[in-house]
Amino acid sequence: MADVTPKSVLTTPIFQNNPIALQILGICSALAVTTSMSVSLVMTVAVIFVTSLSSFFVSLIRNHIPSSIRIIVQMTIIASLVIVVDQILKAYAYEISKQLSVFVGLIITNCIVMGRAEGFAMSNSPGLSFLDGVGNGLGYGFVLMVVGFVRELLGSGSVFGITILQTVQDGGWYVGNGLLLLPPSAFFVIGLLIWVMRSINPDQVEENEFQMKDNTQPKEAV
Amino acid sequence: MGNNSIKKTLIVAFALCIVCSVIVSTAAVALRPQQQLNQELDRKTNILNVANLYSEGTDVEKVFNNKMQARVVDMRTGEYTDEFDPDTFNHFEAASDPATGRTLSGPEDIAGLSRVENYTTVYLVGDPDDPDQIVLPLRGQGLWGLMRGFLSVKGDGNTLQSITYYELSETPGLGAEVNNPRWQALWEGKKIYDEKGDLSPAIHLSKSASGDNEVDALSGATLTSNGVTNMLQFWLSPEGFGEYLARFRSGTSPDDAQDADGTLESEGA
Repeated sequence: MADVTPKSVLTTPIFQNNPIALQILGICSALAVTTSMSVSLVMTVAVIFVTSLSSFFVSLIRNHIPSSIRIIVQMTIIASLVIVVDQILKAYAYEISKQLSVFVGLIITNCIVMGRAEGFAMSNSPGLSFLDGVGNGLGYGFVLMVVGFVRELLGSGSVFGITILQTVQDGGWYVGNGLLLLPPSAFFVIGLLIWVMRSINPDQVEENEFQMKDNTQPKEAV
Repeated sequence: MGNNSIKKTLIVAFALCIVCSVIVSTAAVALRPQQQLNQELDRKTNILNVANLYSEGTDVEKVFNNKMQARVVDMRTGEYTDEFDPDTFNHFEAASDPATGRTLSGPEDIAGLSRVENYTTVYLVGDPDDPDQIVLPLRGQGLWGLMRGFLSVKGDGNTLQSITYYELSETPGLGAEVNNPRWQALWEGKKIYDEKGDLSPAIHLSKSASGDNEVDALSGATLTSNGVTNMLQFWLSPEGFGEYLARFRSGTSPDDAQDADGTLESEGA
């Protein structure tokens, strides 16, 4: 984190330092909520709300947090915000909250939120931390929307619930890909997305931790 | 005073807990009425949906209040009971209360419920004494978990209108297709009981559906289909709504009416 300007903290997490694609954080919820785009969108908004505000509040009291209980303090703030989001969704977006079910509550365990609170907000000013939270939420949301688009289009033949490919079940021609409706398929989509992003930005490619050994020549059994 | 002294640690922890708990409880209390309204609306929407009275943009409250009559039924006798208020009676709680529920075991528990209530709420469309439709609550194990829904039966206590599930965890695209309107439309006109006229339901899902007692099974979702069959078999048998539906079947059913005409004619001749 060499240059910390409001613009950089807001934009770098989207492509250059994407929390899912580069830091490989928050994968679990990205698998679960990306079956349809509208659900992904609501999840994105919820995560942006939680990361930005939790970073803001953690940063606000960062000079008073005893280091021995700092993780607990961060967790308490995050958990409170998540409960508030969950309650708001249940009151004003009941249908979506039924589909998101437990995954709103699981934002608490989303590594992105914790990671930003611990890694950025503890050592930066509230304003910057807030923008950093928004930026990381957007980065998370960007991946969610791409994965959600692929899964919803190929799995159920629609985008945001609007039918694009008429499925066989509804009397059309398109046989939906059942695998893409199941959580594991998001692994493939995210994997391909990471491949694409690292091909565009080759400096994101990690050094090999171990050198793969050349295949040894098969020896004849003695 | 350093940040890491015991006193400071306790003060921070305590203050944080107070602030957070106030925020959380304020949100929970302030939003509760709206949430309950939503749950209620969702339940009513499902009931209207299964009775074919719902379309996009329907004023759920208004239609529900105009057309639906809730009644609590004692499933052992099939009679209505005034012991409970239908607006507040909760049949899920009734199932676990020893006074209003019973334990199922072994072969009688085909729907995988383990406990079942003796009283439940039904919703009548039209005149309560001679309803157009009767909406019955259903539940039972599917493939991945409990499925809860409603079944709508026409006023003759035998012909089906539709089925819908408002809570399920079946596989998307396969088992979860129980809520596909095209599949739900297949139920209209199917008969629960066969011509024998006893209380055991004949309706079931079948891979090659033919006749009035069979509905097409969901392709690729055999275990969900079995679950649906089992819960129909359970809830429409005398263990469930068998006795209650029998009240509608005798007397007003078109078959009986024809029989009555026939007798009259033969007597006249």
